[in-house]
Amino acid sequence: MKLELRGITKSFGSLVANDHIDLVVQPGEIRALLGENGAGKTTLMNVLYGLVQPDEGEILINDQPLRIRSPKDAIGAGVGMVHQHFMLVPVFTVAENVTLGTEPLRRLRTPDISLGGFHVPSVNIPSYGLLDRRRARSAVLELSERFGLRVDPDAYVEDLPVGVQQRVEIIKALLRDASVLVLDEPTAVLTPGETDDLFQIMRQLRESGRSIIFISHKLREVQTIADSITVIRRGRVVGERPPSTTNSELAALMVGRSVQLRVNKEAATPDQVVLAVRDLSVPNEVAGQAVESVSFDVRAGEILGIAGVQGNGQTELCEALMGLRPSTGFVLLAGANITGASTRDRLRAGIGYIPEDRQEDGLVGAFSVADNLVLDVYDRPPYASGISLKLDAVRNAATQLVDEYDVRTTSVQTPAATLSGGNQQKVVVARELSRGNKVLLASQPTRGLDVGSIEFVHSQIVKARDQGVAVVIVSSELDEIYALSDRIAVMYEGKIVGFCSPDVPEHELGLLMAGAGVSDQSSNGEVADQMTQGATSELPASQAGPLTEEPGK
Amino acid sequence: MSDVPAAAPEPIPAEPSAPDKSRARLTGAVIIEAITQGSSTVNTILAIFLALVVGGVLIVVSNPLVTHAWGSFFAQPGYTLGQTWHAVSFTYTQMFEGAILNPSTVNAAFHGGSVAAIFYPLSSTAAQATPLILTGLSVAIAFRAGLFNIGAAGQWVGGAVVATWLGFGVSLPLGIHVIVCVVGAFVGGAAIGWFVGLLKAKTGAHEVIVTIMLNYVMYDLLQYLLSHPAMLQQPHQTNEIAPPIANNANLGHVGGPPPQVGVGFLIAVGAALAVAWLLSRTTTGFQFRTVGASPSAARTAGINVERSWILVMLLAGGLAGLSAATVIQGTNTQLTFNSYGTYGPDGITVALLGRAKPIGVVLAGLLFGALHVGGTYVEAATLGQVPADIVTVLEGLIVLFVAAPALIRAVFRLRATSGTGMEAVAKGWNG
Repeated sequence: MKLELRGITKSFGSLVANDHIDLVVQPGEIRALLGENGAGKTTLMNVLYGLVQPDEGEILINDQPLRIRSPKDAIGAGVGMVHQHFMLVPVFTVAENVTLGTEPLRRLRTPDISLGGFHVPSVNIPSYGLLDRRRARSAVLELSERFGLRVDPDAYVEDLPVGVQQRVEIIKALLRDASVLVLDEPTAVLTPGETDDLFQIMRQLRESGRSIIFISHKLREVQTIADSITVIRRGRVVGERPPSTTNSELAALMVGRSVQLRVNKEAATPDQVVLAVRDLSVPNEVAGQAVESVSFDVRAGEILGIAGVQGNGQTELCEALMGLRPSTGFVLLAGANITGASTRDRLRAGIGYIPEDRQEDGLVGAFSVADNLVLDVYDRPPYASGISLKLDAVRNAATQLVDEYDVRTTSVQTPAATLSGGNQQKVVVARELSRGNKVLLASQPTRGLDVGSIEFVHSQIVKARDQGVAVVIVSSELDEIYALSDRIAVMYEGKIVGFCSPDVPEHELGLLMAGAGVSDQSSNGEVADQMTQGATSELPASQAGPLTEEPGK
Repeated sequence: MSDVPAAAPEPIPAEPSAPDKSRARLTGAVIIEAITQGSSTVNTILAIFLALVVGGVLIVVSNPLVTHAWGSFFAQPGYTLGQTWHAVSFTYTQMFEGAILNPSTVNAAFHGGSVAAIFYPLSSTAAQATPLILTGLSVAIAFRAGLFNIGAAGQWVGGAVVATWLGFGVSLPLGIHVIVCVVGAFVGGAAIGWFVGLLKAKTGAHEVIVTIMLNYVMYDLLQYLLSHPAMLQQPHQTNEIAPPIANNANLGHVGGPPPQVGVGFLIAVGAALAVAWLLSRTTTGFQFRTVGASPSAARTAGINVERSWILVMLLAGGLAGLSAATVIQGTNTQLTFNSYGTYGPDGITVALLGRAKPIGVVLAGLLFGALHVGGTYVEAATLGQVPADIVTVLEGLIVLFVAAPALIRAVFRLRATSGTGMEAVAKGWNG
């Protein structure tokens, strides 16, 4: 099926999200839609899927203009969409989820009644029926076989890993005869291995003559899988390129100027150990350990990058370090034991914290930019004296920080929720960096940001390092780990499986992230000891055995 | 913007370099936005207007004379419409005269009548509004910290019991006795509120369930206390009634007889100012607001969320207790089983209508006070033909329309605004 979008224009108030966008997708083509966050990719796809009505322009399918008013129209026209956030019912099975809305039915019939000579024949009860589970199962099995989408139709969705859940979404679209499949940032939640599997599936779908629109802002993936790349910037198509185009050219197209993917930084000059973590274990919600006996040191003036695929205990580690989660083990900050300290005391002791989820944990969306800039220092001078809040001091500090950190906002009284993601993160970064820390703990500091904002946040982090802050970066983006780290620790299944220097080849790091080094415990220990030697003498003896290996704890 | 000449020689800097000017510009923008887009305040006013219109329909429908006239609408349309208009306008005029200003008293004053009588309606309105403002503040302050205080009624009883007991049980000099009773009422309510906060903080019990259940506990406790002479029951009484409080414990009035303002009303306004100050100008208020807007962000910023819950519930309970003080020490002097009336539930409505802002709560409380007074007045003026219950319907309609801003926008064809204030209401239930 040939899909054509012609002159699609959509504005929201003064913001033109799509400005006369033309896009042609041929049958059997994987078309990448590349652009920064807020470039208008999702709006365009929402137009295609009938979620948003365009102000201008038309959609043509096989050269026939078609008006798509709702997702129902889109599905009818053969467009399938896999959203970034899956639309699945966790407590339903795969087969139930896949057939949701188009459940195969067994006709409900009245029984055949014969009583004496009186006969009432069986009659179909119209528009009601019983779920035909068997047909639902076989439909799933048939599709998963045909496209190599290995899924158990009887598994409950909540028990499946994200990668498999995504396959369920794809099957769902295929079952509705989608010949154009839109994948909205499909790799954001996947491990590298799962991403490879997804690409395999995508190739198979392409072979079957289906076309795929692959939305992403990750250059490398787009180059790997796409047949052609459409770059969108500020609501306009700024270019179509073959996948052989260089990284830097695509990046330049995306942001409209050439950007550096690498951060300019001098070699680190590590000083004293500021943050020492020993045998830190964090129980998870079930009976196991989210973080298991993690130990590391961070020195003043260096950046330790904690690499790893999301969901391997990094979130829990950060929260435990901030006192937001109960943990066992020891945390020392500049020699002082802060193991049992509250979050407030840790912040006051000089840890700056950039949480992973800025919308949820880093900011209060309804609060003004000014209030957000003092969110964790509001009760200290000069912002407070006694219980009285010094609103002028808050406003003045905010005005200065907004200026210094280039936060684009109409005023410091603007609610933070109205800022773009990049500017929201600048608010968090400004707050956490401006109060003079000994340690900076930044979790996924540039997630979802555009290249310009990434550059800015990175340079600020490096600046903090150069001022003698001990920095810990947690990131699942390899580019970020490489760009920032002076030392890399890799986390896998709650453990640190290895330390390495930033000139380790990418495939080796990838292997560590995939858990390849797990069995090789001794060498990891060695590396760890090498990296932390000299710093451990004053620390309490290892508690690894009794603390972490108690069964059922 | 308006004070800047059109042909300014230099471009105005975008940064808010002159805070005064930018603030003025901001105010102008807010007003324009309010008119064109329908801000939450405009929405509220339109909701009240719409409630009056729908209430008018009810007045018409419930009036036999008018419904009879509609039976012969085609024969005499003018008469029918006239009757309809008369029924509605008479009711609302009477309500206005009963609650705010009666022109005939003004007229009488010019002809040698009592000037004081002019202010009688307003005094009654203020008196009626007083306990509503305080329970409204109780609900509002908890709401700002993300908690639904359904328990203002129970906290009210807690305050009333302590105020009554101190009122008749101890003998203290004039002045001191009043203060002791008011403080006692605050403490009595605060204790109940504190308990709710404690349960929420320590066990995770949802405050809505806890407060609803505690209301029943407090009602039954009150009944028990009032039916045992050894407790609070007035000796030689079979009714559930406490002895009247001592004269020294009466809040009394400033000025008057009318124009007069009950000391209770001053307490209510003072409490509103105190809550406004607390919320916007103190670190404690900042904590409350942060906890209310995003508990996870508050926790990450090192705020002790549990402590905030306990503290805010303590203050909320105290405010409900103050409401009891203004009733027992201000207007009723005697605690009965029915004293708690509907102050608790009305407090929720008032807080909602006032958008959980202290000033809004005062205005909403005054509106509800005026409706109560006006309802009673109109019932008397129409010899019961228009029941006082019409104001209950109006109150319900106002809240209904305030809670449905999309409906108001559709009816009055306003453009949608991003924030209507009601999202917070829905969000609060997840806390």
